[in-house]
Amino acid sequence: MSSPEQWTHPEPDAAPAATAAKPTAEQVIAGLRATDEGGADLVQLLTPEGERVTHPDFDIDITPEELRGLYRDMVLIRRVDREANALQRKGQLGIWVPLLGQEAAQIGAGRAMRETDMAFPSYREHGIAWTRGINPTELLGIFRGTDQGTWDPMEKRFHPYTIVIGNQVLNAAGYAMGQKFDGKVGDDEGEATMCFFGDGATSQGDVHEGFVWAAVYDAPLVFFCQNNQWAISEPTERQSRLPLYQRARGYGFPGIRVDGNDVLATLAVTKWALDECRHGNGPILIEAFTYRMDAHTTSDDPTRYRLSDELEMWKLKDPIERVKVYLVRQQWADHEFFEGVEADADKLGEELREFCTNMPDPPAERIFSNVYAEGNPNLDAQRDEFLDYVSGFAGGEH
Amino acid sequence: MAAPTMNRSTAETPATPVQTLTISKALNMGLRAAMEANPKVIMMGEDIGKLGGVFRITDGLQKDFGEQRVLDTPLAESGIIGTAVGLAIRGYRPVCEIQFDGFIFPGFDQIVSQVAKLHYRTQGKIKMPIVIRVPFGGGIGAVEHHSESPESYFAHTAGLKVVSCSNPADAYWMIQQAIDCDDPVLFFEPKRRYYEKGEVDTTAQPGKLFESRVLRQGTDATLVAYGPMVRTSIDAANAAAEDGTSLEVIDLRTLSPLDLAPVFESVRRTGRLVVVSEAPSESSIASEIAAKVQQECFYSLQAPVLRVTGFDTPYPPSKLEEEFLPDLDRVLHAVDRSLAW
Repeated sequence: MSSPEQWTHPEPDAAPAATAAKPTAEQVIAGLRATDEGGADLVQLLTPEGERVTHPDFDIDITPEELRGLYRDMVLIRRVDREANALQRKGQLGIWVPLLGQEAAQIGAGRAMRETDMAFPSYREHGIAWTRGINPTELLGIFRGTDQGTWDPMEKRFHPYTIVIGNQVLNAAGYAMGQKFDGKVGDDEGEATMCFFGDGATSQGDVHEGFVWAAVYDAPLVFFCQNNQWAISEPTERQSRLPLYQRARGYGFPGIRVDGNDVLATLAVTKWALDECRHGNGPILIEAFTYRMDAHTTSDDPTRYRLSDELEMWKLKDPIERVKVYLVRQQWADHEFFEGVEADADKLGEELREFCTNMPDPPAERIFSNVYAEGNPNLDAQRDEFLDYVSGFAGGEH
Repeated sequence: MAAPTMNRSTAETPATPVQTLTISKALNMGLRAAMEANPKVIMMGEDIGKLGGVFRITDGLQKDFGEQRVLDTPLAESGIIGTAVGLAIRGYRPVCEIQFDGFIFPGFDQIVSQVAKLHYRTQGKIKMPIVIRVPFGGGIGAVEHHSESPESYFAHTAGLKVVSCSNPADAYWMIQQAIDCDDPVLFFEPKRRYYEKGEVDTTAQPGKLFESRVLRQGTDATLVAYGPMVRTSIDAANAAAEDGTSLEVIDLRTLSPLDLAPVFESVRRTGRLVVVSEAPSESSIASEIAAKVQQECFYSLQAPVLRVTGFDTPYPPSKLEEEFLPDLDRVLHAVDRSLAW
């Protein structure tokens, strides 16, 4: 591995790396532009056409079985995403936050982590959740309104979804500081933390503060920014003049832009970054250059703010198709394999629908439960009064 | 909640367990005792290391416990609170110092959105044993943002507990109890009383953290106060006694959850209540007490509950703070109005 200096610290007077294909003046004025060029610094190992390419600083040995596994992960989590989106359309979920198009970024990053590493997600990290062993059914309650996430964050090493933009970046920095204070950093057995956030979050003060804290305490933290080009309706240009990965320079740690639609490159770069962190060379910023192929949420309408040809361009860079092409071309997977994955996806979708439509509403007591670890007598009295009121209705209904 | 272990050895174990200490020194000793009792207790804040904090509350702690347990943090309050959340998840018990009351607001988002809600969001799978220490209130002739009373914001937020000490003994014990608490505790310290002295018995069995306390018994009217206004209320009761008026004084100590049983009991006897607080009156702790007392003591009240508070303005330039802050005369004026009702 070459020195980080080469690829993380461009000269200040060098021309900024392109964030995007040059938009036309009309597109700029309209606030609309098509973005699909990651620029010269983009780390890529598998082109959109499914060609395996090399990179001077990052490469990865991948077995056919491992690549089939990554393919399967991406297909299954895409199916989860599409099923959940459909469940919202059928009224079974209040809202859904699609990850469509970001499968490679999340599966690549998630599969780079070890069990002992900790992850702090935003709210679109269904693929990361998948890699942490969380059953996708556990995501549904958040969006159906029956719970706020049911997994055990410490058992899964996966923090609850954080909805306030950027909050989790500081929480992750604190956790990573704790890993260091605990003496768990410094060799190959070391621990590391990953923090997930989007391009919009980079404007938040908490993300800036997270960068500062992690840097001055040498925290073993990988900042994983999925730049999906859109923060609801606002393009990345509304968040930054500079390509986001270049911000790391100002904080004194490496920043790398990886093709977030390339699961191999994302896996390679993230594994490297986590290893650097566990050895005590953190923090590191990774910008996964990707695209939000669907709406921000099911409540959003992207036709109001972006051009459809942009989506068509990104469809040509689909994260799953390129892996399929490569697997076929290498003869690493046959028809039977792909059929098997489809069958697994069908089964998963069915399980998800079945689970969702049978989810019970929580009881009224749930309003009051676990507000405090050590209780609050005034709240107990309020709860008892309310439950008594509720029970006064025939059959307990009101 | 388990009471803190007694007989904790400290680096400054006195010959006699009863010492006369300032609130400032009592807090310092309480923090030291908590750090000795549990290696997971860490301090975080601006200038709390070598300087010992701008009020010297953490004086000497970094020297004795090291830079990894007493952290001079970068200057950002959201960062202090937000990283404390992560450290708490990791198993630490962070004690955050907010340098001045008016500087807590950059950390407000993390306090309200994460510190207060993570236990609820995860239904108890994540605990937030974080203490946020806030020197609060006016009376020190300071510039803007250094004299505020923001406690109501936090008492209004479910998931947080809020306490305020008024004397050295409480300062010593309450800070240790707050650190032992598995819930997040906002700990409001009466900064203008930091150097007032009182007796502290470091071997005594402390009272519970979330309990109010009757400091002075009386029969004609009840004064309820917390933090810096406890001293003001005691002074008022002393002055009233000279005029033959007997005032009961209750130190609230806990602002969330409120422990109003002693207040109800008192008001049922005296029939009159004056609530004293530096904070603006609207939608405040004082308002909540007034509402609950009229609900619980409706037939005992001989007069409406009155509030003596700061005004519903921003904290004024310091040359006006003597007028802004409730003092002995304003408290007694309210008592007179109550008695004359």
